[in-house]
Amino acid sequence: MPSSHDWINKPLGVVEAMFAQSNSNPEWEAKVLEYFKGQLKEKESHSWVPSLNDVPLHYLKPNSLVKFRCLVQDMFDPEFYMGVYETVDPSTKANVLRCGKYKDVTECGVDLNSRNTVTAERQTFYCVPIPGESPWAKEISFLSAARVVPSTSYVPSRQKRSYEEDDDDMDTQPQKQREPHTETPQIQPHGNGDSKRQETEAPSSQTTTPSDCSSHLDLNFPLPGERGPACLVKVYEGLDSFKLNDTLEIYGILSVNPVLTVLGEENMETPEEQRAHDPPASLVPRLHMLYARPLQHNNPLLPSAPTEDQSAFVSSFLVEMASVRAELLAYLTHVLLGDGLAAEYLLLHLISDVYTRRDVLPLGKFTLNLSGCPLNSYTERLYQIVQQLVPCSYRLSMSLHTMNSMRLVPKKDYVANRLVSGALQLARNTSLFLDETQLEQGQLDSSGVRNITALGNLISWQKVDYDFSYHQMEFPCNINVLVTSEGRSLLPSDCQVPLQPQVTPPNMEEYLTTIHMAQFTSQINKFRVYLSLARTLDYSISDEVTKAVEDDFVDMRKDDPQSVTAEDLHRMLVVARLLSLSLGQTTLSRDGWMRAKHIDMLRRSRTEQQKSLNGNEP
Amino acid sequence: QVIDCFLCYRTASVTCAPSLGPKVNVFSSVLPSEVDMSSPLMYGTPSSRVEGTPRSGVGGTPARQRPDLGSIRKAPQVDLHSEPPSADGAVASEQALGQKLVIWGTDVNVGTCKEKFQRFLQRFIDPTSNEDENAGLDLNEPLYMQKLEEISVVGEPVLNVNCSHVQSFDADLYRQLISYPQEVIPTFDMAVNELFFERFPDSILEHQIQVRPYNALKTRNMRSLNPEDIDQMITISGMVIRTSQLIPEMQEAFFQCQVCAFSTRVEVDRGRIAEPAVCRNCNTTHSLALIHNRSAFSDKQMIKVQESPDDMPAGQTPHTTIVYAHNDLVDKVQPGDRINITGIYRAVPMRENPRQSNVKSVYKTHIDVIHFRKTDEKRLHGLDEDSDQKLFTEERVQILKELASKPDVYDRLSSALAPSIYEHEDIKKGILLQLFGGTRKDFSQTGRGNFRAEVNILLCGDPGTSKSQLLQYVFNLVPRGQYTSGKGSSAVGLTAYVMKDPETKQLVLQTGALVLSDNGICCIDEFDKMSDSTRSVLHEVMEQQTLSIAKAGIICQLNARTSVLAAANPVESQWNPKKTTIENIQLPHTLLSRFDLIFLMLDPQDEAYDRRLAHHLVALYYQSEEQIEEEFLDMAVLKDYIAYARTYINPRLNEEASQALIEAYVDMRKIGSGRGMVSAYPRQLESLIRLAEAHAKVRFSDKVETIDVEEAKRLQREALKQSATDPRTGFVDISILTTGMSATARKRKEEVAQALKKMIQSKGKTPAMKYQQLFDDLRGQSEAAITKDMFEEALRALADEDYLTVTGKTVRLL
Repeated sequence: MPSSHDWINKPLGVVEAMFAQSNSNPEWEAKVLEYFKGQLKEKESHSWVPSLNDVPLHYLKPNSLVKFRCLVQDMFDPEFYMGVYETVDPSTKANVLRCGKYKDVTECGVDLNSRNTVTAERQTFYCVPIPGESPWAKEISFLSAARVVPSTSYVPSRQKRSYEEDDDDMDTQPQKQREPHTETPQIQPHGNGDSKRQETEAPSSQTTTPSDCSSHLDLNFPLPGERGPACLVKVYEGLDSFKLNDTLEIYGILSVNPVLTVLGEENMETPEEQRAHDPPASLVPRLHMLYARPLQHNNPLLPSAPTEDQSAFVSSFLVEMASVRAELLAYLTHVLLGDGLAAEYLLLHLISDVYTRRDVLPLGKFTLNLSGCPLNSYTERLYQIVQQLVPCSYRLSMSLHTMNSMRLVPKKDYVANRLVSGALQLARNTSLFLDETQLEQGQLDSSGVRNITALGNLISWQKVDYDFSYHQMEFPCNINVLVTSEGRSLLPSDCQVPLQPQVTPPNMEEYLTTIHMAQFTSQINKFRVYLSLARTLDYSISDEVTKAVEDDFVDMRKDDPQSVTAEDLHRMLVVARLLSLSLGQTTLSRDGWMRAKHIDMLRRSRTEQQKSLNGNEP
Repeated sequence: QVIDCFLCYRTASVTCAPSLGPKVNVFSSVLPSEVDMSSPLMYGTPSSRVEGTPRSGVGGTPARQRPDLGSIRKAPQVDLHSEPPSADGAVASEQALGQKLVIWGTDVNVGTCKEKFQRFLQRFIDPTSNEDENAGLDLNEPLYMQKLEEISVVGEPVLNVNCSHVQSFDADLYRQLISYPQEVIPTFDMAVNELFFERFPDSILEHQIQVRPYNALKTRNMRSLNPEDIDQMITISGMVIRTSQLIPEMQEAFFQCQVCAFSTRVEVDRGRIAEPAVCRNCNTTHSLALIHNRSAFSDKQMIKVQESPDDMPAGQTPHTTIVYAHNDLVDKVQPGDRINITGIYRAVPMRENPRQSNVKSVYKTHIDVIHFRKTDEKRLHGLDEDSDQKLFTEERVQILKELASKPDVYDRLSSALAPSIYEHEDIKKGILLQLFGGTRKDFSQTGRGNFRAEVNILLCGDPGTSKSQLLQYVFNLVPRGQYTSGKGSSAVGLTAYVMKDPETKQLVLQTGALVLSDNGICCIDEFDKMSDSTRSVLHEVMEQQTLSIAKAGIICQLNARTSVLAAANPVESQWNPKKTTIENIQLPHTLLSRFDLIFLMLDPQDEAYDRRLAHHLVALYYQSEEQIEEEFLDMAVLKDYIAYARTYINPRLNEEASQALIEAYVDMRKIGSGRGMVSAYPRQLESLIRLAEAHAKVRFSDKVETIDVEEAKRLQREALKQSATDPRTGFVDISILTTGMSATARKRKEEVAQALKKMIQSKGKTPAMKYQQLFDDLRGQSEAAITKDMFEEALRALADEDYLTVTGKTVRLL
């Protein structure tokens, strides 16, 4: 096996061989990329490559090919390096040309004045694991990677151990938050301190030690309490094609040369800057990118590349779609205490996606406001259930303290010359769960007001204005926002559904746990695939239906122009779209439109009701 | 000898006692006319700079070039191809060899280069120049000779040279300047000094004239810097984000032997000083000690510059570059300044450490600055050059001109504006004209000050009529747009506030949205929710276009030539068609009258409209990207179109247009005078002119013609029809906007007051009356319904006349 996997174990050897063959013909660079791309195309071959996400760094061989599933958190300035340099071969004493690409260091004795030196440009991206990645997604991708023996010194017998580590990850999260030194208190510790958790506490405290060490060095994760390797990715080609907050699967050469840290020297950089840009390689490894694949989603249950595999997978799943939908709807209805309408809307919300933008208007966003949520940790349990279904999520408990103290909007730190991340720097299609039930009366300070404004902007325009101190810069995003609140939320939303519980279980915790336990993993997995897949489907409206919709709108306006506005039409078009997609239909039918109209009517009558109820109260 | 020359200056500068003698001496030495001075040495002095000796020993600021030359230049590059014209004895050979001699590694011949540049200085004329630096110069005379004269008068020995001038004069020279700046610029210096001292032999300058080229066309954008630009001259724009403390950088070390007191000087070489191991005088080893206060230092400052947000691709973070400023350029810029930097791009390899076997294969890059040009400085001076000097390629200009020549360009552009928002054609047209703006006129000489060229627009209407969306669109379209919400902004956030810098304890003026959007558009949403005090700052901005600040010891007036695009909701949740605009939105009329156009965005509620709206919205959701693009202009084209028109088109009124404007104004006044009210004020005329000019700009026309006036009239009429119609009479009544009350309402008020007065008079001599009684009587007497408000107003009017007073529930006659 080792011989056949030289390209994984010794990719630099491959690069150098190609360079030597080329006789400084610049085409060799393209050839190298071609070669690795070709290797990775082969069936299953990409799973041979060990992943930084799953394998602890110290098990990975330096200078081997690794992959990393990540989010581009920051883009540093481009740097010039010696692409080709001339040096003296110590054995033959002859001048030789060496290739500096995909390397951080060169041997000494470089002839700086040689005419053969080629200066080239590359850029460094600071990448972090996808923020808010659900534990199940990590777990599954880890297991699937473990199926094939990774070509590292990482012995399979240790896998179990590491699996536990990952598993602990989710469990330790709340534990860590209990510690007083974490700056931002957010998710309250999970209420159910059952025996399993007690058990893992001991080992977890051990496994978190290294991460505690690294916490002295701020790894700049968008969300508090995140763990995982951060990585400095050196990018050589196609610099313009990458954007901030892109999610990528990067294949590259791992470089952890300890020299990197020693090589710091006196220069004009501030210590903060040096720490941000040249952290110890043992904590923040360097990765020289050979190939990067943009990820449409990070659901490990779905084939990620748009290959024949995927289309076959999609068409096979389409058949099941309607039935899975019914099951999921039933499940969500239970979770939402028997409220079928709210469950329907929650389902639509979970598959919503900003599919395009018309100048400033994002189309397809569907922010849901579930009002009338029971208090006492119901929302927290609801989040846990959502988290089980989507690959990426984050619960922001909107308590006064959090709103006043937490950094939501990323801010440029000019001293360290980096973008300090904030909780709104999220990957596309992350479910952001805003828990407004936690908000109490009190004073919002200026940063609190700014945070609320940022949330409002996020919901209305699907953009976040990053703070560059002298100016703001707008970054479009695609985040599914779900707001749970007691009354109508103070944040804007596309659609408000007052929750009408049909059952009032005496013990909410127990009720939800039972529902959750009643689902088989295979069932849950089906839901997961369903939600990710429905989002990727294409959608169109035929001219005929367009006409019908138009007529309908005109009729509705005729009856009562005050009640139906352009905004309502906007919303109903989105609902109709999502409703069709949720059934696996890729065009809008008259039926679909009528259904959308119908459930919107139901919802509106419910909000009206609520209004009149509230009107009587005071 | 050369070094001695240099030394005497250095010593002087270090001991802070510059003696005039040697300087004058040396200056005159540059004069070629003096036989005595045409010795090899004298020619050697300037050209020896090429070799890396500090620039001129003549008593200038030698270090300006030195840090660059000393630290990076590699020795082999310095050698001259054949006999070097450097150091002693070079002149003869240089002259003999003539044209064949070039600087090693380049194709620069010092003699030719110098000659060419002198010719450039003597002959270059730019009759069309409109740079602010050239204000007051005779444009038909050689430009740079006038500048030299200026130097002789002012005594500031810096000559800024616009590279585009060099390029248009001699493309080859320009190429050399860009490619080999560190060889060519010293040659330029030489040339300029020869020329200068020839013309002004008696001038005394602090140091030799330094040539500072700027506006190199090579690079505009920080993002496009690449390895090919290394060691070339570039110009980039950006924003200063951080400046370091002043760094004294050793240029030359002074060593003294501890044994025999022999002294020696060592120049910095590639950032290092090699300590002499042996004393040349007494041959003692390691006896030399560095004497700090006799070494020469130069000032240096590190400046971090960030890409300006305008020229960045979406979705990426801005790049930063390190810039080193030397000597007098230190502390010239502050964080937050937007600047254009001209300098030499450098890449320094990581230094090898003998104890390690590896080096990082990365270069450190920076720019050694030659010239700073603040782009917002001009704003403060109020000189008018659009600072967003956007460069348009030939093809782009061609496309834009083609577009402009189409007869329906106005409609095209207006429909390209916010295509996702349905209809509201006139509003879009109004906003389009706002984006273009009028022509800026300066009457400050005649005491009238600036006329406002910016068009202000207010949108009011029912909630949910996509006002905010329109504002967002505009904000995204213009390079200097600001978006604020009336609810969230304070007066301070809009104007400017004074902050104490935590580090320096210095008071810093932080500018707010209105100042930031100078030359742009400030979009204010929820205008009605704004507090009164906040709104009051807008009065000044919207007419005078300035902002006065008197706070914490800082008193200043900032330019805020911003167009305001505001959106307001009615006080009641729905627009009440029975009320006037003022009553509906409850804004002070003083502010309203400052808006050129006030539009209502109402839900028209008719079937045909609904159908079109539905069609539009559905299409929005299902049309693909390509279809949309076919239908509408690209946003980028629109952006460029506006930028181009704003920069290059300055329409003026022609005769017919002025006649048409006069007529239009007279007509407007006439309408009202028939009914005894004023229907137009000079403000309306001014805004009519602005709109007509903007419309001419849309057509890329340098003349405002009748059609522009027609459209301006139409648009203004439309807007007035919407916003200034008196709901009681149905007539357009401008006084609703200017005084907050329609003329008919005012007339009615007077009538009621008169009726009341009559009634009281008819009652005979009754010193006091019951309030309620009086009200009832009046109601009984009058045919029209009289509300309590009207009654009270009438009472107040009579009280103002000193006819009666109201105390509590009784009314007393006076």
